[in-house]
Amino acid sequence: MIRDITIGQYFPGQSAIHRMDPRVKILLSVLYIVMLFVAGNLWGLLLGVLFGFAAYLLSGIPLSMIGKSMRPVVPIVIFTAVLNLFLTSGDVLWQWHFLKITKEGIETAVFMSVRILCLIAGTSLLTYTTSPIALTDGIERLLSPLKKVKLPVHELAMMMTIALRFIPTLIEETDKIMSAQKARGADLESGGVLQRAKALLPILIPLFVSAFRRADELALAMECRCYHGGEGRTRMKQMKLHGRDLVSGLVTAAVFAGVLLLNRYVHLLPTIW
Amino acid sequence: MSIIKTENLTHTYSQGTPYERVALRDFNIEIEEGEFVGIIGHTGSGKSTFIQHLNGLLAPTEGKVYIGGEDLWADKNDLRRFRFQVGLVFQYPEYQLFGETVAADIAFGPTNMGLAPEEIERRVREAIRFVGLGPEILEKSPFELSGGQKRRVAIAGVMAMSPRVLVLDEPTAGLDPRGRDTILGEIREYHEEQKNTVLLVSHSMEDIAQHAKKALVIADGRPAMYDTVERIFARTDELTAMGLAVPQISRVFAGLRAACCPVPDNIYTVEGAAAAILNAVKGGADQ
Repeated sequence: MIRDITIGQYFPGQSAIHRMDPRVKILLSVLYIVMLFVAGNLWGLLLGVLFGFAAYLLSGIPLSMIGKSMRPVVPIVIFTAVLNLFLTSGDVLWQWHFLKITKEGIETAVFMSVRILCLIAGTSLLTYTTSPIALTDGIERLLSPLKKVKLPVHELAMMMTIALRFIPTLIEETDKIMSAQKARGADLESGGVLQRAKALLPILIPLFVSAFRRADELALAMECRCYHGGEGRTRMKQMKLHGRDLVSGLVTAAVFAGVLLLNRYVHLLPTIW
Repeated sequence: MSIIKTENLTHTYSQGTPYERVALRDFNIEIEEGEFVGIIGHTGSGKSTFIQHLNGLLAPTEGKVYIGGEDLWADKNDLRRFRFQVGLVFQYPEYQLFGETVAADIAFGPTNMGLAPEEIERRVREAIRFVGLGPEILEKSPFELSGGQKRRVAIAGVMAMSPRVLVLDEPTAGLDPRGRDTILGEIREYHEEQKNTVLLVSHSMEDIAQHAKKALVIADGRPAMYDTVERIFARTDELTAMGLAVPQISRVFAGLRAACCPVPDNIYTVEGAAAAILNAVKGGADQ
């Protein structure tokens, strides 16, 4: 039911990837995505896929989670694959009226599908292995140069942290209110669209009331502890770069270089196409 | 005939996942119509899980639940009927209020039952009287009331359905002592006037001692004891071993018995204690 909604799911763990600095993880995830799109041939792409797979193995996240993270984008992947398949011009392999499949079409379709799926799997690994708090902390630090142009980086990061923190609370609250109204005979399952929308009011109104109440209480509690924004604020948990961050950075850079080399020298390898 | 009956009721949360947790196991209980039962148990003992089975909010993983002799889950589509027979008041029920006026909010349940407007009107007025509030409050917005008033309006919203069984999950949590006594007194009056069954979940042994006739002790997802309040609170040692408290006055009397005086072991209210002490003093003077 409603509890199955998962956003930015985090799987606590102790692997090397879990313990990496969130800033490095975010940067390397971006680098990985760039790598996927730079790869110009199957060998390079294969290297990218293997690299992502190795990262999953190292993180100790169950491999079934890769599939779970990809499920929501499957329709998009199929859609782009079909478009690419039929709309790319080149050597025609098969034709039926106006539909034609070209060699280039198949190539682009496969490339784009693999890229999108790896992109999702790669960024999911980031959220699987990084707690939401660490993630927003990392984003805040990475964006902090933008403070120079008056972007309220700290406030944005704080808003994200609070929003993430309250997702489970509000889900629980919704669950409770739904039970209470069902106990008074609320019918949420039957009726037309309009009727169903109306039936949601007894749930939405108390939910909003309690969200505002919580926001108010939280603001008060933060003020009681002298919160006044990011200025002059220090951290209990300092983010420090460790050896593993350097190593992971070097490994990723090496793989990236490998992809670039493959782009250039692939004609020296046996062909798989 | 028993109004509530469970047969080997078992409930497992998140079955088949790593978070699997058995909340109720082989839970067998029979509660007669017209009882006032206090439900006692630790946090996590399965009290809340148990009461949510009584109106079909939770489905048993195994076993059966009978309300008035009818199997609750015989026909899934017919479940709503039982929601009106077993009225459930959750913890902090004031957070479920949504109506524009108090009257509209209390009328939510009866309206869902499909009653005629005049009957709904009558039920709303009756319910607001049961919780000790004046009819002038009916036109106010529930959000401008005090905490205690909101709580009562929420309870009235369930009472207005005239359920055969009224289940309340800690209706006095977070109220001051006077608010607590008033609400419990009102619930008892309602019970005596309507002659229906009331189940009251509470952490306060004093409240149970004072208001309930029977007590159901739940421990580890099973009914550990079900008996009259008098006999349950006489089992001080067992309750203490389970990590549950007995009413303060029972503890005082257990101490008195151990220390010196042959006072009876079935004292659990202040009134009863006063009588017993007077009795003992008189007996002592006679000798």
